[in-house]
Amino acid sequence: MTIEELQDIGKIEKEKQEGFKYRIHVCVAAGCLSSQSGLVKEALEKEVARRGLESWALVKGVGCLGLCTAGPMVAIEPDGLLYQGVSVSDASDILEALGGPPVNRLDCSAHLPFFARQRKIVLENCGHIDPESIEDYVAEGGYEGLYNALRTMTPAGVIEQITKSGLRGRGGAGFPTGLKWTAVSKTKSNVKFVICNADEGDPGAFMDRSVLESDPHRVLEGMAIAGLAVGANYGFVYVRAEYPLAVKRIRTAIARAERLGVLGRNIFNTTFSFDVTVRLGAGAFVCGEETALIASIEGRRGSPRPRPPFPSELGLWGYPTLINNVETFANVPPIIRKGGAWFASIGTEKSKGTKVFALAGRVNNTGLIEAPMGTTLREIVFDIGGGVTGDRKFKAILTGGPSGGCIPAQFLDMSMDYESLAQVGAIMGSGGLIVMDDSSCMVDVAKFFIEFCMSESCGKCVPCRVGTVQIYNLLKRITEGGGKPSDIELLEELCDLVKNTSLCGLGQTAPNPVLSTMRYFMDEYKAHIEDKVCPAGTCHMNPTE
Amino acid sequence: MRYPAFLQRIADRADVQPVRILTFSINGQAVSAREDETILSVARENGISIPTLCHLDGLSERGACRLCIVEIKGSPKLSPSCVTLPRQDMEVITNSDRVLDYRRKILELLFTERNHICSVCVSNGHCDLQSLTTELGMTHVHYDYLHTRHAVDASHERFSVDHNRCVLCQRCIRVCEEIEGAHTWDVMGRGYLSKVITDLNQPWGESTSCTGCGKCVQVCPTGALSEKGKSVAEMTKKRQFLPYLKLMRGDESR
Repeated sequence: MTIEELQDIGKIEKEKQEGFKYRIHVCVAAGCLSSQSGLVKEALEKEVARRGLESWALVKGVGCLGLCTAGPMVAIEPDGLLYQGVSVSDASDILEALGGPPVNRLDCSAHLPFFARQRKIVLENCGHIDPESIEDYVAEGGYEGLYNALRTMTPAGVIEQITKSGLRGRGGAGFPTGLKWTAVSKTKSNVKFVICNADEGDPGAFMDRSVLESDPHRVLEGMAIAGLAVGANYGFVYVRAEYPLAVKRIRTAIARAERLGVLGRNIFNTTFSFDVTVRLGAGAFVCGEETALIASIEGRRGSPRPRPPFPSELGLWGYPTLINNVETFANVPPIIRKGGAWFASIGTEKSKGTKVFALAGRVNNTGLIEAPMGTTLREIVFDIGGGVTGDRKFKAILTGGPSGGCIPAQFLDMSMDYESLAQVGAIMGSGGLIVMDDSSCMVDVAKFFIEFCMSESCGKCVPCRVGTVQIYNLLKRITEGGGKPSDIELLEELCDLVKNTSLCGLGQTAPNPVLSTMRYFMDEYKAHIEDKVCPAGTCHMNPTE
Repeated sequence: MRYPAFLQRIADRADVQPVRILTFSINGQAVSAREDETILSVARENGISIPTLCHLDGLSERGACRLCIVEIKGSPKLSPSCVTLPRQDMEVITNSDRVLDYRRKILELLFTERNHICSVCVSNGHCDLQSLTTELGMTHVHYDYLHTRHAVDASHERFSVDHNRCVLCQRCIRVCEEIEGAHTWDVMGRGYLSKVITDLNQPWGESTSCTGCGKCVQVCPTGALSEKGKSVAEMTKKRQFLPYLKLMRGDESR
């Protein structure tokens, strides 16, 4: 296949869709589907048929439109109208209003700061294309990056662009992607692997899930480009079984891509072959750690091993392996299409590009957002997020899930990038943001996350296995009113121990929520221990002594 | 790196050891090592003691007990010496206050986890965990005891397993898999709820893969695995055989 043939596929698809006067986009990602957007789509299709408008209006299922809290969402193109909270009974009104004034009770302005303040690279196709249609993806320039990489660039040239872009791993640690690719490409081996880590397990995070559900081909294209760059011919997508829709869509995408000849053997009639297989995780948080993930794919117990050697040297079945997160791969096609310098022009000095965040908790606009690195927390929470629910007082925001930290209100004007977050004791993590208001007890929050880590610890190394239980027990005692003044010191000591001596990232970061809440909300700990009072009123204090 | 031609011809010779030899220092003492030896084995070779629990000569390394952590100059992170390879001119410190303090606390955590009451244990006086307390100067435990309760499995005709004494070092699993080749033992569950099991969590006596060789009992550091008929302090372990078995199986890497 030549680039012209590829572009023709896209052009034909585009013309076909533009032949319709109106295109009705119904969100069919997990959030809206669970509020029955599937039925809404069916109702709209029926209504179109009933009115005999099949050649005039197209009803299309699309990926995440972002504002999950207002689902099911429906967008009307080319008018740019957006409807929220649509139910089956609204179908007739929506069709009635086509071409006229919008249905007021459903209107959700697309010019809201929620939409206007975002900048989309990873999510550029979400809400526009049908995730199950490869033609739709091609129409938006899909697989052109792969074509360019194969036909006009050398593997070293691809890596050069990635390095120049300044892209850093979106899985949490922020390791420079170009460096990782270089390391794998330098290894001498006939067999190498590329793994896409889609084992997203942080409570409250759904970025990777949405990308896989809304735009799976983007991830596949990124993986194939990576395979070309590092010299790998096999790829695995390790996705958790709790994401059935994402699994279904990525599997469909692989089948369609193979049929089109952009994946599988002799891609674009070159000698390059790249096969992708989906592997399901069985619901262990620790399998997001790369060495545990590899063990799980190999069919062994998912527990981490000490590094070095790193997977780039000794990975899957002992072969050099490149592991990147879903969002990292999703950034690759636009970088190859538009060049590393373009990507590097977005963001801050050390953190380039954009970051997808899953905004959750006590915030008005719960949903999926994408903002340039360096956007302040205030913009994210108050402009894009629409502020705290019920106009309550903002108290803290938790970034990075159970490995992250709670950032208090005094840092609201801090820029969101890897370095600034690390400075205040938090991490970027995979992008889960949980907003908390004054009704959240910070001791209770710390307890919740350490309980999560305690039960998700694999049990291999002693500090993580036993230390997290000890920390949890102390916090439980404090929130139940049985805390002793000496507990603070004991907590600090245990956190320090677990952080510095654990084997893998899970243990090394597990104390972060406790440490950060102790750093910024010590008065709450003291109130629990000394006055036996929970200032937020969340904990049921019943001192036993 | 390519050497000059006259040297490369020698370096390419098949009978010459392809492994580099390097020098570094442990606690200020200069030592030399093969590049594929661990810091732990070099230290022990030179009479420098580093405490270990999950490590056992002849078995693969786990890096899990974290007792053998050492400091490496220039790195903020602590490294488990059993899985860390030396580099030329590396400066290793095995006995800094920070490391000693962490080791003692990790040992304390182990003592809080399950029931380790020495006075009523078959391994009293012959226990690796007990010896570690003297070695590390642990006199008491200042965390709360968790003492998760587990059933005892005495269904095997010659051995019994008391999970309450288990420290999850996985020595039994490794010796069974790597030396006996039976892979009877494995781990079940997560975190503090994890537990070693025989086959698919059947009683040991009903295991179809167990050959009854007893190597797991001999390598167990505590009284978790013991021979039947032994009373308090009577269970001595015989594990001198291990390196030889490994050697006989043809694995020459140490």
